[in-house]
Amino acid sequence: MPPTDCSTYYLQMTSRLRLRRALAATTILIGLTGSADAQGTPLRVPVTVDTLPNGLTLIVHEDRSVPVVTTNIWYHVGSGDERVGRTGFAHLFEHLMFMGSQHAPYPQFDRLLEAAGAGNNGSTTTDRTNYYESGPANALPLMLWLEADRLGWMLETMDGAKVDLQRDVVKNERRQSYENQPYGLAFEQLSAAIYPTGHPYSWTTIGSMADLSAASLDDVKDFFRTYYAPNNATIVVAGDVRADSVRAMVRTMFAEIPRGPTFTRPRVAPFTLRDTVVTLEDRVQLPRLYLAWHGVREFAPDDAALDIAAYILAGARNSRLTKALVQDRPLATSVNAFNASKRLDGDVQIVATARPGVHLDTLQRAIDAELARLAAQGPTAREIRQALNSIEASFLSRLELSSGKADQLNAYYYATGSPDYFQKDLDRYRAVRARDVQRVVRTYLRSGRVTLSVVPQGRTTLAATARATR
Amino acid sequence: MSRVHTPHHLAVAVLSTIAALSAPTTSTAQPTTQAFDRTRPPALGAAPTLTVPRVQSGTLANGPVIRLVEQRELPLVQIILSVAGGARLDRDDPGLVSFLANLLDEGAGARDANALQGELAFLGASLSTGASWDATTISLKVSRRNLDAALDLMADVVLRPTFAATEVNRQRDLRLAALLQQRDQPAALAGLAVAQTLFPEGHPYRRSASGDSTATTRLDSAAVRAAYQGAIRPERAAFYVVGDITLDEARTALERRFGAWRATGEERRPAPVLVSTQRASGVRLILVDKPGAAQSVINVVAPGVERTTGDHAAIEVMNTILGGSFSSRLNTLLRETKGYTYGISSGFAYRPLPGPFTVSTAVRTDVTDSSLVDIFRELRTIRDTPVSDAELDRAKAYLGLAVPGDLETVGQVASEVATLALWNLPIDYLTEYVQRVGQVSAADVQRVARAFVPAEHAWVIVVGDLAKIRAPIERLGLGTVTVREVGSLTR
Repeated sequence: MPPTDCSTYYLQMTSRLRLRRALAATTILIGLTGSADAQGTPLRVPVTVDTLPNGLTLIVHEDRSVPVVTTNIWYHVGSGDERVGRTGFAHLFEHLMFMGSQHAPYPQFDRLLEAAGAGNNGSTTTDRTNYYESGPANALPLMLWLEADRLGWMLETMDGAKVDLQRDVVKNERRQSYENQPYGLAFEQLSAAIYPTGHPYSWTTIGSMADLSAASLDDVKDFFRTYYAPNNATIVVAGDVRADSVRAMVRTMFAEIPRGPTFTRPRVAPFTLRDTVVTLEDRVQLPRLYLAWHGVREFAPDDAALDIAAYILAGARNSRLTKALVQDRPLATSVNAFNASKRLDGDVQIVATARPGVHLDTLQRAIDAELARLAAQGPTAREIRQALNSIEASFLSRLELSSGKADQLNAYYYATGSPDYFQKDLDRYRAVRARDVQRVVRTYLRSGRVTLSVVPQGRTTLAATARATR
Repeated sequence: MSRVHTPHHLAVAVLSTIAALSAPTTSTAQPTTQAFDRTRPPALGAAPTLTVPRVQSGTLANGPVIRLVEQRELPLVQIILSVAGGARLDRDDPGLVSFLANLLDEGAGARDANALQGELAFLGASLSTGASWDATTISLKVSRRNLDAALDLMADVVLRPTFAATEVNRQRDLRLAALLQQRDQPAALAGLAVAQTLFPEGHPYRRSASGDSTATTRLDSAAVRAAYQGAIRPERAAFYVVGDITLDEARTALERRFGAWRATGEERRPAPVLVSTQRASGVRLILVDKPGAAQSVINVVAPGVERTTGDHAAIEVMNTILGGSFSSRLNTLLRETKGYTYGISSGFAYRPLPGPFTVSTAVRTDVTDSSLVDIFRELRTIRDTPVSDAELDRAKAYLGLAVPGDLETVGQVASEVATLALWNLPIDYLTEYVQRVGQVSAADVQRVARAFVPAEHAWVIVVGDLAKIRAPIERLGLGTVTVREVGSLTR
């Protein structure tokens, strides 16, 4: 089989989370002999960390393996910081960051980088917005200059026409990636059903069309002044660079940008999810079943065990649900499981697409039987070992790219305060025992869940009806 | 979500000769506090020189060649076994070769699919199989310490696939379900319409490499085994090995497992191609109805060009300006000026026979007609008017200076070497390519645009809500309009 692509199911959040999870490995292995056993060698990604007087944090990682450099800047603001009525705003704002600044007016940002052989992009999740450039190592001053200019000198050049244009682009993004894709709006329904009204994760990063329409130039200015400040940002530079010269360059370009105001982070109240059954009609041929439970925050004590539980259920081609629903019985075309833990809260999802003629009740019963078996007996030692081996392989593999390392350093820094958290992250998984997996399945994957059926239009009789049975 | 959907970075390589094309060059890359002038872009030092990986070569006694790059940063090994002849080998059984490729790791040696996949995952190994138009590939990535155990499994997959009836039937049913699901995927429908329009009956690219439901229904173990014997043969095989391993080590490990591989039965060969791609007589529009669609998917297509053309570098520079980069003309106009779309791109598909040239986008329903007008304006302009020096220099730098991101991971390096080999090009070709890019002139760009970019003769595929878009499109008077049913595309 060709490699599978989990992101097909969640263009939105989960794909990004899975990526972030897997984005790990290390350069400490450089120089070790070929037979080095990663298990016995502590993983270290050497970095320097500095904070400028204005609050900007700089993390530098030298990696001379290829003559490229990546800059990766995280602003600690995401869709979770949006207010009701302005969903999708953090992502719309991300688009506006490419619309020019005082010394690099539109369309210089893209043109200068292309002329230097560099690529760039940005992305928005519930918790953060990132911007990154990758290119030949000599392009670093240009990358930093452009990032500094749009942090320090963008607002003066912002106007209503730019907002209107990118509003249209983002609406097209919503149409292309969500509305015109089979099952594309399922995640929006799921988020609203899992999280209580007003919870920062109860809406999606793309936002609603009405809220995108409502966004104003004043909203843009307020948002920028609040969140786009050096004390709310960390910048990672990774690649074929010298840390001392990078530090000098960043000081030169960013130091005069003033610190921003303090602001209040969104708060999340504890909640108990009740059994909820939702049906969505869509232009699809095959019904799809989504089961979702309230989970935990990323790096919470049960987070790693939930990752391994999801792997044992549907993370590999020999996993329990894959075997039961796809291989042993012809019930599903595919099944996936995700532990979507995020900064403030989390959820766990199982998604299965029915084979032609299979009712979603049948799928749900088959999934519940496997959950009950795992809850009753726990995983085998070999299942745990396989999960760990796969996770270790992804740690090694994903950090071949300096761009991947840069984003992971920023992720670890924001989540744990320590950019070089690779070994501790791996240790979380190594500490998971069979009884932990059994416990988290019993604790979280039980009654109190959302059952979402996506069915062909006019075929609501195909939707799941069974209530949680455990 | 990201600002840009498609990766627009067509990374190739870096060479100092191209550095002159970049931003102004000075001898010092480091700004100092005193001298720093924020009002203009910083001067950049010389771009790094390209270091092409050193490729070592060997052979196995029974024929397969080995191409190896030592890359010692991490204790990882990537092996790509490429067997020449992919979906092009399909004859009256479309989809068969890609189906057999997918089945290779659904049970092999003494293990059924579940046990095989479990063992691979236990080793932390990634193994994937598949067929492109040109080749069938089996790819393995694994840590050096588990290489031997994983290679044993890879040898089972290549030499001893079981093709058990239960696995064949299951994969057949899954493929039928996937074909059914295409009916709701507008981009997939557009792709099917392109193939069925551009390539006439008897052309191998007219059919999907994944086949159709009629042919898929007929698939069974016997058909798959016969295709396997005809297509997966040592005399067509090459191993591309990259990572923490020497040539001697690789040759010994591969010889032990693949040295006794012998072809049996009759070799499967591609059917002779007696027809060529169809140029449209005028502009011909094919509309596919998706009632209620949130957008219109648009493909403007024409016959493309062989990868081996001497104009390859000029074509890539031209396409970068037209629709191959974020700052391209098409994206600047339709996304960044008009706000019609999330993105628009153009490109040439390189296959053994010319694949399509395609302009591809999805636009708001009510500007479908306006988008077509703008697309054709840009297609005409790049043919009729020389590109500016600024555009030319930027595109050449973008291609020539682009990060060796294609050469950072073991998988990327193995894939690059294997892909160049499809065109009988050595890895050193990257150096030559960068030089050629640097030599492209505005006159070259215009010449290849006139040769390969359609304007007066083009196929236009639109998948959208015809109740809303058909009349406005017809009023444009671009050319003749035909409507095709979804059901006629996805048989």
